[in-house]
Amino acid sequence: MSTEVDPRVYVLETRDVSKSFGAVKAIDQLSISILREWITCIVGPNGSGKSTLINLLSGLLPLDGGIVVVDNVGLRVVKAHDSPDHGITRTFQEVRLFDQISVWDNIMVVLTERRVFPALLERTKPSHKEEAERILKSVGMWEKRDAMAQDLSYGQRKLLEIGRAMAMDVQIYLFDEPFAGLFPRMLEQVKSILKDMREQQRSIVFVSHNMDIVRELSDHLFVLDSGALLAAGEVEEVLGRSSVIDAYLGN
Amino acid sequence: MSIATGAIRGLQEVARDPGSWWRRSKGSVELWANLIVLGWALVFMLWRGGGFAITVGSVFAIWAVLAVSLNLVVGYTGLLSVGHIGFFGIGAYAMAVLTSSASYEQLRTEAIPTFGWPFFAALPISVVLAGLVALVVGVAFNRFRDDIYVLVSFGFAVIAFTTFLSWRNLTRGAFGIHQVARPAIGPLVFDGELEFLALLLVFLGLVVLISWLIVTSSFGRVLTAIREDEEAIEVFGYRTTHYKLAIWVISAMMAGLAGALLASWSTFIDPNSFVLLESVLLVSIVILGGLASIWGSLLGALAFVMLEEGMRFVPFLPSEFIGQIRQMILGILLVLLMLFRPQGLVGRFKL
Repeated sequence: MSTEVDPRVYVLETRDVSKSFGAVKAIDQLSISILREWITCIVGPNGSGKSTLINLLSGLLPLDGGIVVVDNVGLRVVKAHDSPDHGITRTFQEVRLFDQISVWDNIMVVLTERRVFPALLERTKPSHKEEAERILKSVGMWEKRDAMAQDLSYGQRKLLEIGRAMAMDVQIYLFDEPFAGLFPRMLEQVKSILKDMREQQRSIVFVSHNMDIVRELSDHLFVLDSGALLAAGEVEEVLGRSSVIDAYLGN
Repeated sequence: MSIATGAIRGLQEVARDPGSWWRRSKGSVELWANLIVLGWALVFMLWRGGGFAITVGSVFAIWAVLAVSLNLVVGYTGLLSVGHIGFFGIGAYAMAVLTSSASYEQLRTEAIPTFGWPFFAALPISVVLAGLVALVVGVAFNRFRDDIYVLVSFGFAVIAFTTFLSWRNLTRGAFGIHQVARPAIGPLVFDGELEFLALLLVFLGLVVLISWLIVTSSFGRVLTAIREDEEAIEVFGYRTTHYKLAIWVISAMMAGLAGALLASWSTFIDPNSFVLLESVLLVSIVILGGLASIWGSLLGALAFVMLEEGMRFVPFLPSEFIGQIRQMILGILLVLLMLFRPQGLVGRFKL
């Protein structure tokens, strides 16, 4: 294991990626590069294409054009079930847990065997249990493990979803508004989770509207407007540009 | 896991304070549903005697295999299929055609090929044939979900029924097939009703065991995740179409087994056993008993069979109306259940 990784290595790139919904161009020839082991933030006004971009990168929506580059491989088609193989996992803007199963099973389900026939024969392994216990404790949900996911509070659901992503053990984490609607205590918890993940050499992309958090966490910032890249670069510098201020506040 | 630890914890508490069991249980719908259905079945069987118990037990075993297998698809995976009866029919007709030894030429009805195979040779064919048809149908069905899934599975049930009715060179259509073979192992022939019941219960036990192993495996956990949010679980690296196809085929094979058992048990089948209505009744049993609960399907099947058989003995009821009244009662029960207990008698999952 080399400890000195060149920070200027791209783990994920888009090249001229486009996506339209009918006549609306949600993403318009967008090219961005995500740096390895950095926390990258994507901001932009509502409807600027942030969530659409994450849906494209995780394969939930098909690309209309352009390519996504992961592991130096260019992909014209990104399949959702391949995203862990590309080293990508994600959370959703609207929390999407498996509601009518337990908190415990919500974590276990992403730890176990993927292939159909081995999965049929696989019983719960001690290693899976240890990992699920570690994850649940790290997001503070261990006490709630037997509860159904649908019975959790909003903040707990948000945390559990982040825990489920952490359980994936991949390189790139796409967090769609991980801070939205959280109380200050949980906000701090999620912040420290993201910082810890950076410490553990993971690459993080998150979407947020909270500029204080963006300033505190981001190593790199992209500003989207109407599906196109408006600005990119170091946080304070980008947020100071007049074009960015205009896009947010309107003319 | 959690059930076992819960049971141990509960037993410890009861040992400390015997009265606590009653205080805790008297409000439990689950407990009362179990007590009423099982008690009712037991009392009825004691009252009507052995012959009745054997008949009811056999009908129950066949419905229970069907209900448990359908629950894998409807309750665990969340695919509301009303076409399960089609696979039941395929299994039944495979068994009937392969093992029937009737010579129809003399009866001046339609002639069909006679194979006269033994039961245990035809059984695997019935199961595999149902599985193969399910594989083809399942590949097509994998594009659909939710309400569209109900519609296309409805279509499958109609096509299956029409095939049984119209493919007269093979099925004799509405005349049905007679003299389906009873199982035999060497000199041991399962001719008596009691022996056959034993065999049915062995197969039911096997189906319950396999289903339990499936739903408690890693595979089973993924099925429940597909039910909850198919798109979300796909992002975590699961090819959900493969999972759905696998459980669909397994479930259809179990239905095929039930069909083969029915054909041999009644020694006569015609398309009337495989009408769409039976399929809807089957879905009702699964929902009544409880989705995503194997025990619930067993309980649901027992309640259903007792409802049918039990009503034969209501003195003022003309026997020709029993079928219709059974369906009315089941319909009313379902409406009440959806209003007051959407998870079914012992289920945990709400549709």
